[in-house]
Amino acid sequence: MRQHTDPAIPAIAAEGLTKRYGETVAVDSLSFTLPRGQTFGLLGGNGAGKSTTIAMLLGLLVPTAGTARLLGHDMATDRFAALARANFSSPYIALPHRLSVAENLRVYAHLYDVPRAGERIAELAEQLALTELLDRPAGELSAGQKTRVALAKSLINRPDVLLLDEPTASLDPDTADWVRSWLERYRAESGCAILLASHNMAEVERLCGHVLMLKKGRLVDSGSPAELLARYGRGDLEEVFLDIARDRRAAENA
Amino acid sequence: MHASLDNSPRASAGNSPRASAGNTPRASARRIWGMMYRHLALFRRSWPRVLELMYWPILQMIVWGFVTAYVAGVQQNTASLAAGALLGGVLLWEVALRSQMGFAISFLEEIWSRNLGHVFVSPLRPWELVAALVGMSAIRMLTGVLPAILLAWLLYGFDLFSLGPVVVLFFAALMIMGWAVALGVTSLILRHGAGAEALAWSVLFGLTPFAAVFYPVSVLPCWLQPVALATPAAHVFEGMRAALLEGRIAWSHLGWAFGLDLIWLGLLAWLFMREFQGARERGALLTIGE
Repeated sequence: MRQHTDPAIPAIAAEGLTKRYGETVAVDSLSFTLPRGQTFGLLGGNGAGKSTTIAMLLGLLVPTAGTARLLGHDMATDRFAALARANFSSPYIALPHRLSVAENLRVYAHLYDVPRAGERIAELAEQLALTELLDRPAGELSAGQKTRVALAKSLINRPDVLLLDEPTASLDPDTADWVRSWLERYRAESGCAILLASHNMAEVERLCGHVLMLKKGRLVDSGSPAELLARYGRGDLEEVFLDIARDRRAAENA
Repeated sequence: MHASLDNSPRASAGNSPRASAGNTPRASARRIWGMMYRHLALFRRSWPRVLELMYWPILQMIVWGFVTAYVAGVQQNTASLAAGALLGGVLLWEVALRSQMGFAISFLEEIWSRNLGHVFVSPLRPWELVAALVGMSAIRMLTGVLPAILLAWLLYGFDLFSLGPVVVLFFAALMIMGWAVALGVTSLILRHGAGAEALAWSVLFGLTPFAAVFYPVSVLPCWLQPVALATPAAHVFEGMRAALLEGRIAWSHLGWAFGLDLIWLGLLAWLFMREFQGARERGALLTIGE
């Protein structure tokens, strides 16, 4: 049996992943594999099932059917071993506002059993330009600063797989560009696999080697950004997204 | 101003030691401490929060202390002993109340800060969260109740510890009951969301009439007595009155108190795990603060 640390084992393997709420199907038979060291984009409109998929991959949400494996660990039976080597960031989930940045990071250093937590926090603070902010309450930070703190939290345990839900939502273009550049370099140098849910097509085109297009919970297309552009005959992913979201190709062919 | 990208993420990526797989007792203890540290850091930053912990137990003790002094002054001898039992009841009941609230409010803090989504994608096990909440509950209870006990001695000459070492067992039995009730409250919050949060303050007050805090179980109507005797607190307070009024330790009541504690704790821990799993199925861990 292969060890979970075997680099041949994919970072994420979803097989027939399905979530139903009564009659509503939020995610329908989603299957994909994210190899180690790559960045995949999860694209889709509001309600397409991106956040539900991420929640299932992280064990926050129990699938109605199908399996999710993180780093070879079945999330139904062995999720804590996977969670120790993964991490997550979302602008929609806050860190305690009254704690300082350093206190917040220390809490998560304990939760992830990070050795030499003080050094790790100082290291991340330097990398993400947080040193001056360490003693400030998290609730007093700007949106860009909060994003950098959330990023520091998500990197505290040096994850092998990182799940990011709209990492640049509500950021100004300058800050968003900084975050994207940082993530590009981080993935290249760490070998961490990243699954990125985003509405920002330019971001996905820039960061992702492979894109999964979701619509109403179903995987409707996938491929590298270049493959998708060629397949739809479009100049950018935004046009591809609109083709899929509005069924424009079907309408044009009718 | 952003950091220069010359600050390579390399150091973040890899050379220094990595986090552990997290399945050792030491890692467990560290996660429990991490959750407690999160709450203790809040108290360190805000003395009004600490003051608030002491406020109600002291207020209760002062009001009942005057009632005790009045009753003891009007009717001497046995009445003064009974009045002492009133004050003892107030102080010990605060142990159960503060234990229950300390647990449930610490859990609510996670909901109010919309932090549950981060906490539950960490390797923190549900039982470790419960252990951290129990730890915080004990700290919050002791911070609130010990000053009231001290003031009862200074102002009214009532020494709860004159009951002897058995008072530690009374404390323990009431704390465990508080945690069991808090597990039930937390389960309802997981089920019904923040709309059920008022229960964190009110539910144990509702048990006061059956807990025989201020009067013996025999005072209750016959049909209500089995209800009272099914609560661990009723046995603790019967035991307290036996110690105060008769100078003896009622071991059978203590045995019942701890036995019932185990039953309550087992049932409500089962309910908590069921509702936690239900929350994972409904996606409530992400939306519970909304």
